[in-house]
Amino acid sequence: MTGADVASLHGTAEAPQERVDKRSAAAPILLSLKGIAKTYGSVSALAGIDLDVPDGEIVTILGPSGSGKTTLLKIVAGFEMPDSGQVELAGRAITYMRPASRGIGMVFQNYALFPHMRVAENIAFPLEMRRLPRAETRDRVGRALALVGLAGYEARYPRQLSGGQQQRVALARAIVFEPRLLLLDEPFGALDRKLREHMQLEVKRLQRRLGVTALFVTHDQEEALVLSDRIAVMNRGSIEQIGPPAEVYSRPINRFVADFIGESNIYRGKVASSSGGMLTVMLPTGETFVARGASPRPVGAEVGLVLRPEAPTRLEAGDTADNVASGSIEDVVYVGDAIKYAIRLDAGGQMVLRWPFHRNVRPLGVGNTLRVGWPGDQLHVVDWK
Amino acid sequence: MPPGEPVKVAERVWHIPVIRGEQGPVLVGLLPILFLAFFFLLPVARLLTLSIEGGTLAHFEKAVLGELYVRVFYDTFKIATTVTLVSLVLAYPVAYVLSTASPRWVLMGLVFLMLPFWTSILVRTYAWMILLGRNGVLNQILIGLGLVAEPIALLYNVSGVLIGMVHVLLPYMVFPIYSAMLRVDRDLLLAAEGLGASGWRVFWRVFLPLTLPGVIAGTALVFILSLGFYITPALLGGGRVIMIAVLIEQQVRQFLEWGFASALSILLLSGALLAFFALNRTGWRRAD
Repeated sequence: MTGADVASLHGTAEAPQERVDKRSAAAPILLSLKGIAKTYGSVSALAGIDLDVPDGEIVTILGPSGSGKTTLLKIVAGFEMPDSGQVELAGRAITYMRPASRGIGMVFQNYALFPHMRVAENIAFPLEMRRLPRAETRDRVGRALALVGLAGYEARYPRQLSGGQQQRVALARAIVFEPRLLLLDEPFGALDRKLREHMQLEVKRLQRRLGVTALFVTHDQEEALVLSDRIAVMNRGSIEQIGPPAEVYSRPINRFVADFIGESNIYRGKVASSSGGMLTVMLPTGETFVARGASPRPVGAEVGLVLRPEAPTRLEAGDTADNVASGSIEDVVYVGDAIKYAIRLDAGGQMVLRWPFHRNVRPLGVGNTLRVGWPGDQLHVVDWK
Repeated sequence: MPPGEPVKVAERVWHIPVIRGEQGPVLVGLLPILFLAFFFLLPVARLLTLSIEGGTLAHFEKAVLGELYVRVFYDTFKIATTVTLVSLVLAYPVAYVLSTASPRWVLMGLVFLMLPFWTSILVRTYAWMILLGRNGVLNQILIGLGLVAEPIALLYNVSGVLIGMVHVLLPYMVFPIYSAMLRVDRDLLLAAEGLGASGWRVFWRVFLPLTLPGVIAGTALVFILSLGFYITPALLGGGRVIMIAVLIEQQVRQFLEWGFASALSILLLSGALLAFFALNRTGWRRAD
């Protein structure tokens, strides 16, 4: 570590507020991946990834296992080298730089705390490697521990801590040297649900407070929606879509994204007519659905219609809507604050509905029939590939 | 259940006798305990009584005060220490290579390591005599290469004994270290590197401390086994290197001094136990 690097570490410490403010405007790009490709033998793990991470944001790489997201993170951390492409951190190419010189903080899936070191020693490790004076090290370790709410745990060993506490220590160790970039590899996977939700919010709060940029890898779409400023959905070594959570959720770019993020009803159909942002699509069952606000497509094109389960509403006799479907309830599932109904449609096919649960409204039972409808702008059209 | 489906017969339950409660482990352990008591504790007790026969400590006095015997004890501990250190220096890299190698190479490495185990100790020792002798294979190679002018003395001295003993004992050092290395989470090394540690510091601060329990176990094994070595020093030392086991054998077979031999044995056993407890303590402190 050079003197200049140490100086920049101090510099970032004094200006977290300023960095946070930059988020609202177009933030400069901190991490930029350009055409990253990697193959293992004959298997292509990454096929030319381009990704920009703006300063101060949390960007999530979301994808199923085997999509290449962990490989990408390892390339950013420096544990793997890409076959081609470039990694730039703050405008500097670091593609082949040793991990030790990158100054990137990382939280591992299983925390990777050093079992033979006490909590304080674990957190002091990156400072020790940077040869910081003893007094300052102690000072910073104390502050980092206080930040993650573990003051007083200095002398414990990792195995004497709960999973959540271990994760806090891992987090403290990753931020204590004030890196500009924080990498998180499925860090909440080992925690139970309640603790996981708590830690997600805490990490987000901490990230905002420190103004650190975070690249976060997960296969849990709910987690991605909660945590991220921006989600990059990965599949088979490529990024399918990048955007803010709301956009990725409501306007998935293709069938994979629609299927992977949130729960969706996806119907396959052919475009019957297309005019002025209104698309009429015919399903194999003979039904036609109308989508509004979709980009024009040639008649006959094969498309997928994405309908989120909370979009349709129940229709009473005489009500009308752009799209109507009827069927009988096959299954009822309570999911806390909502009820999910699996509907067998009269025209063939299935539909999942998710409606908020009201204590004073009796939920429908299995076997009941119902009619539902939804406006055309709730039907999102994607390519069927 | 839909009608027409046959009613499932209650699943057959196999009753396996299980020993429950606190006496379970004791019962299971009873057989080996009895075995040890009969074949180890009893003979040791017999040795102890032999060594203080007649109610005097004369045998111990002779062993502790006789210059020759003190000298042999000293040499024994020195050789054991050297063997342990040499084994450690050789075993650590071997274990490391094994712990990172692909399964095929691991298998091959383990076979090579186990080979000495599967060979009679006599055969191995005689093989070393052929290799190390004045006109042995090694000297011929060295002279042939012009590295030395005269054959160097490798047999019937301490070097020969050390080489032979290290060869026999190396696996005892490699295996505990190897298994400790396998248990090290590779993510810890990556984490250390990512946090700014150079290769050397990853080794000194993370890898070595985490494999230390294996090192201590191997050290204890090799050191204690070295203390009691008999055949290798007897043959490769050619009578010039006397280790304590050789001395004990002489006392029994040549001089029929059972009492004195017992006293020497008790002293050797005490030394081994002392070494074991000292190392064990270090191990526990580390693990705490």
